[in-house]
Amino acid sequence: MTSNTQSYLLVILQGSLLTVGVSLGALAVSILLGLLGAAAKLSGRPVLTALGTFYSTLIRGIPDLVLMLLVFYGGTIGINTLLEKLGSEATIDIEPFAAGVVTIGFIYGAYMTETFRGAILAIPKGQMEAAWAFGMSRSQTFLRITLPQMVRYALPGFTNNWLVLIKATALVSLIGLQEMTYLAKQASSATRSPFMYFLFTGALFLVYTSVSLFALRKLNQRYSLGTKRGQL
Amino acid sequence: MEWSVIFEPDNLALFGSGIITTVWLLFSSLAVGAVLALIFALLLTGPWAMARYLVGAYTFVIRGTPLLIQVYLIYYGLGQLEWIQARWDAVWPWTYFKEPFFCALLAFSLNTAGYTAEMLAGSIRETSAGEIEAAHAYGMSRVQTMWRIVLPSAMRRTLPAYSNEVVMMLHATSLASAVPNMLDITSAASRIYATYYLPFEAYLAAAAIYLCASFCLIGFFRFSEGRLLAYLAPQKS
Repeated sequence: MTSNTQSYLLVILQGSLLTVGVSLGALAVSILLGLLGAAAKLSGRPVLTALGTFYSTLIRGIPDLVLMLLVFYGGTIGINTLLEKLGSEATIDIEPFAAGVVTIGFIYGAYMTETFRGAILAIPKGQMEAAWAFGMSRSQTFLRITLPQMVRYALPGFTNNWLVLIKATALVSLIGLQEMTYLAKQASSATRSPFMYFLFTGALFLVYTSVSLFALRKLNQRYSLGTKRGQL
Repeated sequence: MEWSVIFEPDNLALFGSGIITTVWLLFSSLAVGAVLALIFALLLTGPWAMARYLVGAYTFVIRGTPLLIQVYLIYYGLGQLEWIQARWDAVWPWTYFKEPFFCALLAFSLNTAGYTAEMLAGSIRETSAGEIEAAHAYGMSRVQTMWRIVLPSAMRRTLPAYSNEVVMMLHATSLASAVPNMLDITSAASRIYATYYLPFEAYLAAAAIYLCASFCLIGFFRFSEGRLLAYLAPQKS
């Protein structure tokens, strides 16, 4: 292995930190949107329910890549036209990082909405009724009763969503964010040995997905403590 | 907003050929993927430990890496191997590796095969023990039991999960636009964007097309589930 190759691999390894950054940022956005979406869909108010349904249905029907291109290219023009109309001279460029985090978060928020909604519905109704009977407020009930219990029901779906989300970050390379897929593509066109660099990038993704799978399995065990399972 | 640009004959034709490529790519990769998935699922649930191990490793790698990397590996990566380079100018099947459509098709098929195999294997494993015992009691062999009893019901029970996979594959075909010289719906939108600098109109039109296609697929699968899984629904009294 020449030193040149080594330095390219090192650059890709560094770029993988950006992948982790985008994934975690998008995860935070998607959890927030997912909770809001689930709350809206379960609120029992027609307008909010319709809004939540509209969001989760529409987003899940459109490819990630198309939404990302729409936000990145369309968003830039949209914001600048808006600024122009407001009489401002300034122009804003959306950074690929921000566009990636926002778009991926927005997309997976729709999937999280469905996961969280299912998890909340799976909690026996008596739990919340008991909390209200104890005089807890809505937010207290959510934080003390609903949230700790819904984690267990939401974890399987959450694990799936997270694994798909990590892999979706590879798409951000197409709008120019210099994460590992982007760097691997550059390294391969510079050195004419694409096979190795893409294989290396794939292996890094595999490491990330395996580590997350392991960690989430541990978390699942922790949140399932005291749960009785039927013996087959 | 200048929607009239989208409805100019040239641009409509561009989207038209994009739709044809996407649909063609979707159905051919689903067909190839389904055949592979059936073989893989049988190996995953079969008696040979070595085959289980190998197919398990395959699905782990396919499901653990992004499709984009898989497409790049096949389109850019394989061309680097001297073994293929020596053959792809003249020797038949290898000449296909120069064609973008074939590379995209191969990547998508291998990808969907990995996901579908795991779903189908899960359904096969969950077949109720009584059905299999009954088949054995009738004197059916392993192969007969698989072919007559387990597979027909397992394939039906995979349908709800498979419908998700089909919609995911429809969305995945948008990655074909990452391969040069492929004109799918997304690349048609990108070309219109590049020509007119109208990102909203171009990508919203593409999004609308994908949305319609997704709803058609979902509707079709709802209908088939209603018919094929009718026997699993609770009995009306």
